[in-house]
Amino acid sequence: MSDYETFLLDGRPVRFERGQTILEAALAAGHYIPNLCHHPEFKPHGSCKLCTIKVNGRYGSACTVKAMPGQEVSSDTPELNGNRRVLLQMLFVEGSHFCPGCEKSGNCALQALAYDLEMLTPHYAHFYPSRPLDASHPDVLIDFNRCIMCELCVRASREVDGKNVFALAGRGVASHVVVNSPSGKLADTDFALTDKAAHICPVGAILPKRVGFAVPIGSRTYDVDAISTLAERRATEEA
Amino acid sequence: MFHVAPTTRKRKVRIATTSLSGCFGCHMSLLDIDERLLALAELVEFDRSPITDIKHCGPCDIAIVEGGVCNAENVHVLRELRANAKVLVALGACAVNGGLPAQRNHLDVGECLTRVYTHRSEGMKGSVPSDPELPLLLDKVHPINEVVRVDYFVPGCPPSGDAIWKYLTDLIDGRIPRLEHPMLRFD
Ligand code: SF4
Ligand code: SF4
Ligand code: FES
Repeated sequence: MSDYETFLLDGRPVRFERGQTILEAALAAGHYIPNLCHHPEFKPHGSCKLCTIKVNGRYGSACTVKAMPGQEVSSDTPELNGNRRVLLQMLFVEGSHFCPGCEKSGNCALQALAYDLEMLTPHYAHFYPSRPLDASHPDVLIDFNRCIMCELCVRASREVDGKNVFALAGRGVASHVVVNSPSGKLADTDFALTDKAAHICPVGAILPKRVGFAVPIGSRTYDVDAISTLAERRATEEA
Repeated sequence: MFHVAPTTRKRKVRIATTSLSGCFGCHMSLLDIDERLLALAELVEFDRSPITDIKHCGPCDIAIVEGGVCNAENVHVLRELRANAKVLVALGACAVNGGLPAQRNHLDVGECLTRVYTHRSEGMKGSVPSDPELPLLLDKVHPINEVVRVDYFVPGCPPSGDAIWKYLTDLIDGRIPRLEHPMLRFD
């Protein structure tokens, strides 16, 4: 069938299927748009705003706006990348991100995006939150000081594992992820290492125990390839 | 932003370096540029630095600061460097965001000191050091940009010798310095 539909992304035509979001279509076509709370297996969340693009001159989230024929989308512009860098800086100072001491370093989407967008300094005043670690579970460690509230764990536990182990609590600046058990401890839930939610955290907040340094720093996913290069290559391989 | 003028190549670029609340890892990494040190020696001369042991810095082109600010002495040294340097570079994670020493920032510093120095096993009772020679500890460890204006940031714990070399030669040659994947790293 020859009639397909396209929109323009930074001047290049991108084919899409009806129902796809701009982000889905762009990624499938091998054009990277920065994103953090998006996961291909879950409904769009639209919370991190890293994927903010301009559609026909107006801001939108690439992960929630549906692709339409003839849209003119800009993404890789100094203005939009500058805004993305500011969002990253705010995420970094809002939590405690000591990458040199973090097991996730090199496999972390937040850090990889900061590399890709050349964020050299967190710039803003740090919050230095004091959220206690939860090492109660035999197989999984939680450090919510690194949580970026993408809610992927909440969504995975609810929608895939059917367990509801995590939830978002509080409002505004006080929002945070909690464990749904009377004690608030992970050990007092039916959470298991085999759960989807145990492996979905894009940052170093939910960490399976005893595998932290199985792959040495320097050989990890984003040490080897930039997050954008990786996404683009994945699209080529799938095509 | 300032650049080191490439036109005055006859005069060597004068560099001051210091380690504040750091581990000297960034300075070790600077030495990791190996034989390029010889090329660097052709281009630069050192003012105050652990390499020269000069104690106070005079006017210089580039100040390279390793480490965050954790005590009163760090503040004085950092201000002196800023006042004398045309360009100030934050080198490494600690200078950029406080680094691992800043992991104490959500704790009470008094409690930290008591815990470290007095809560010891039997027979090893100690007290919090209070010698007036010791610089006063600040309640938080600060990234250096919270104390002085910083022109350039080079993250990494430590940044690799290659990253430092790239950055320094960019600066010395008057290019806008830039680090990209895989040289840009936070760990
Ligand atoms: S979660 Fe990511 S950004 Fe945060 S400390 Fe760990 S590696 Fe760094
Ligand atoms: S713990 Fe991880 S997956 Fe869950 S909301 Fe925080 S960052 Fe997202
Ligand atoms: S990826 Fe679109 S808002 Fe997070």
